[in-house]
Amino acid sequence: MRHRVAGRHLGRETSHRLSLYRNLVTDLLRYERITTTEAKAKEIRPMAEKIITLGRRGDLHARRQAMRFVYDTAVVKKVFDEIGPRMKDRPGGYLRLTGLEPRKGDGARMSSIELVDFVDAPPTPRPQRVTAAPKAAAPVAAAPDAPALEPAEPTVDEAEPEGESAEAVAEETTESASELAQDDAEEREAGHSAE
Amino acid sequence: MPPLPKRKYPKSRQGKRRSHLAIKMPHIVDCPRCKSPRLAHHACPICGTYRGREAITMPAPELES
Ligand SMILES: [Zn+2]
Repeated sequence: MRHRVAGRHLGRETSHRLSLYRNLVTDLLRYERITTTEAKAKEIRPMAEKIITLGRRGDLHARRQAMRFVYDTAVVKKVFDEIGPRMKDRPGGYLRLTGLEPRKGDGARMSSIELVDFVDAPPTPRPQRVTAAPKAAAPVAAAPDAPALEPAEPTVDEAEPEGESAEAVAEETTESASELAQDDAEEREAGHSAE
Repeated sequence: MPPLPKRKYPKSRQGKRRSHLAIKMPHIVDCPRCKSPRLAHHACPICGTYRGREAITMPAPELES
């Protein structure tokens, strides 16, 4: 009987499973947050944390030990140059799992796994809104300004205000800051449901 | 001849057998941030937060940074 035997098989042969672990750990350390099944996330957590502990140690031997597991040397470099120093004073517990909605299709329990100091990119500040504000304040002055901005922030929506009629621009002037924030929240929600 | 039931099982016995087959309701709570229902101890699928922090990566703005 398979009593008191740790670890999950994940429906794979040993070599396949080991490859999967190394891929997942490498990607987790590269992106700092990944989404995967809860079982895989729980399996790789201790492995990834051991790699980070090696990164905290920082010596050559530790680096070579990390190289044995992590597939990408650039990621090893990142662990030793960035993540290790960041976690210097943290006695383990570098990773956090958060449960997500079950996967569509097979209903598998999903989870995100991330470094505990991972900071999500702030909700996109919507560049076209930022440019819309000064435009609304001084519509005439903004007109020559707009083409210069366009190459820097090429978004689909940015072209919109230029094509709009004068009334539409005037309408935007009256839009309060709180309304803009609400708009952003709504758009983010819409993005979620589209996923 | 195929194998056959030895006797008729009454409706009451059938009901007793099925008394344990009910599907349990998942534990649903209201998201403290957006008030939409979500699974307990899971990130909210609507606003992407759990315990006040982002738990779902937003569609990344890849052009910047
Ligand atoms: Zn929510």
